[in-house]
Amino acid sequence: MASNVTLEFERPIIDLESKIREMRALVDQLDIEPQISELERQVDDLRADIYRNLTRWQRVQIARHPDRPYTLDYLTQSFDDFVELHGDRAFRDDPAIVAGLARIGGRSVVVVGHQKGRDTKTNLHRNFGMPNPEGYRKAYRMFQLAEKFSLPVVCLLDTPGAFPGLEAEERGQAEAIAKNLLEMSRLRVPIIVVIIGEGASGGALGIGVGDRILMLENAWYSVIAPESCSSILWRSWEYKEQAAEALKLTATDLIQHGVIDRIIPEPVGGAHRDPNTMFDTLRSVICEELDELSNIRVDKLVTRRREKFYAMGVWNE
Amino acid sequence: MAWFLRKTKNIAESQQREMPDGLWTKCPQCSAVLYRKELEEHAYTCSSCSQHFRIGSTKYASLLFDAGTWQETDRHIRSADPLDFVDTRPYKARLKEAYAKSDLPDAVTTGTGSIEGIPVSFGCMNFGFVGGSMGSVVGEKFVRAGRRALEQRMPFIFISASGGARMQEAALSLMQMAKTSAFLSELAEAGLPYISILTDPTTGGVSASYAMLGDVIIAEPKALIGFAGPRVIEQTIRKKLPEGFQRSEFLLEHGFVDMVVHRSDLKATLARVLRHLGGSVHA
Ligand SMILES: [Zn+2]
Repeated sequence: MASNVTLEFERPIIDLESKIREMRALVDQLDIEPQISELERQVDDLRADIYRNLTRWQRVQIARHPDRPYTLDYLTQSFDDFVELHGDRAFRDDPAIVAGLARIGGRSVVVVGHQKGRDTKTNLHRNFGMPNPEGYRKAYRMFQLAEKFSLPVVCLLDTPGAFPGLEAEERGQAEAIAKNLLEMSRLRVPIIVVIIGEGASGGALGIGVGDRILMLENAWYSVIAPESCSSILWRSWEYKEQAAEALKLTATDLIQHGVIDRIIPEPVGGAHRDPNTMFDTLRSVICEELDELSNIRVDKLVTRRREKFYAMGVWNE
Repeated sequence: MAWFLRKTKNIAESQQREMPDGLWTKCPQCSAVLYRKELEEHAYTCSSCSQHFRIGSTKYASLLFDAGTWQETDRHIRSADPLDFVDTRPYKARLKEAYAKSDLPDAVTTGTGSIEGIPVSFGCMNFGFVGGSMGSVVGEKFVRAGRRALEQRMPFIFISASGGARMQEAALSLMQMAKTSAFLSELAEAGLPYISILTDPTTGGVSASYAMLGDVIIAEPKALIGFAGPRVIEQTIRKKLPEGFQRSEFLLEHGFVDMVVHRSDLKATLARVLRHLGGSVHA
């Protein structure tokens, strides 16, 4: 399902790759096999080099890459036997949040995640991954289900934000998010949160409180998207690169400030370059984390979870 | 034992703060001329159209607490700049200016006091300090004030007035939503009342965390309350929003606040609710 979208900073890689393809076509007539191998080595080096030195804004672009794996891809590839469950039992089903039961490493878990679409049609259906209150209330239902049947919860975060619509406000967007924050803080089962793409604001955090907060190498997580930050603080949409730098929104930034616990490495070139490797990595990391959390007594687990969030913030006194 | 049976003594000095400058002011809503004394008697609302003026923590404390019972806490906690945030100006410079031009401790003031004889732990946001934005200081003082309620078995009362999270603290300000809500889950387990009062405006991250988590939620008349700001919504739906949208009365109608209370009646209402929540069944 490749969209052939090339990010600007990937251009030198793409150029070299097409040169290699051209040379391959001539390999029967000319003895250029050694030169091709040399170029292939160069392209690997170049890719590794570019990806080692990404700016924060470039990572935001990778996190938004249209070929990047989304929640349902992980639920079907990293997990087994995914059974989707629908609805908040009050208003309607919100396709911007998917949820259900799944197995990972032989263990059943409750899964909840934001879901984006891949094209215009599916994006309209999924509302670009921007939930309405009923999405958060569906998640709330899942948390209760998890506790009732002693199942751990895995949440996958990937949203440009909660939907800022008229009906969303009417139905209590703020209340729906707030209630989840409280519920996830007291839930008596382990919760693992993984930021897999975009983690924008309260819309992401609304399913993002847990015992372990993990983040893919090229995901971003902050209080606001760089473009909106630019429009508010710089009063122009043009300063998104500077805003991304100022917000320190990458995994390496956030682990330093205790906002996340662990960075999950992506294949060189991003998760979309080699989705299968990414699916395997995520599976093994989640299994490892679940093994550790399942050894902790539930009272201690909840106390530790709360204390982890109490410790967040920096001030002078 | 019910929370109200154990009382804590608070020796306090009532804080005298200056009234707004000038002998009179004009109501921006109905243009009535309001004299200082009149304004004070009406709890800083317009006596002819009931417009509620934005006031800070000092005035709320003087309106709500029995004489001589208010005592401020944790005033020494100040904002830091953990991310070295720079937009068109450094965050450090913005903070320095904000501290210099007001005598507010930050976007929140906390303390203890008594409401008709009931001791409470209290917090109130200051919209006048960087738009009442929630950074690390707001989260930390919220939890400390709440902790004081929990340890001394008092109700916790918190007045919100905020445009949302403090952008210059980025993810750390976002995490204050989780931090405060996590604390409220602990307070709830202890069976202590938490009353949330929403004033103009209560939006963004503050609305989507502690503001909406009160056992009882009271709003002042016509306050703007919502997650997304009206301008963002208008840009999204490309329509003008209807009159009264996201105002207190609208939230009351849609079931998201318990009551809309005139500021002059706030103290008496709080006292009535607290006396009920004190309970009659003794464990
Ligand atoms: Zn008036």
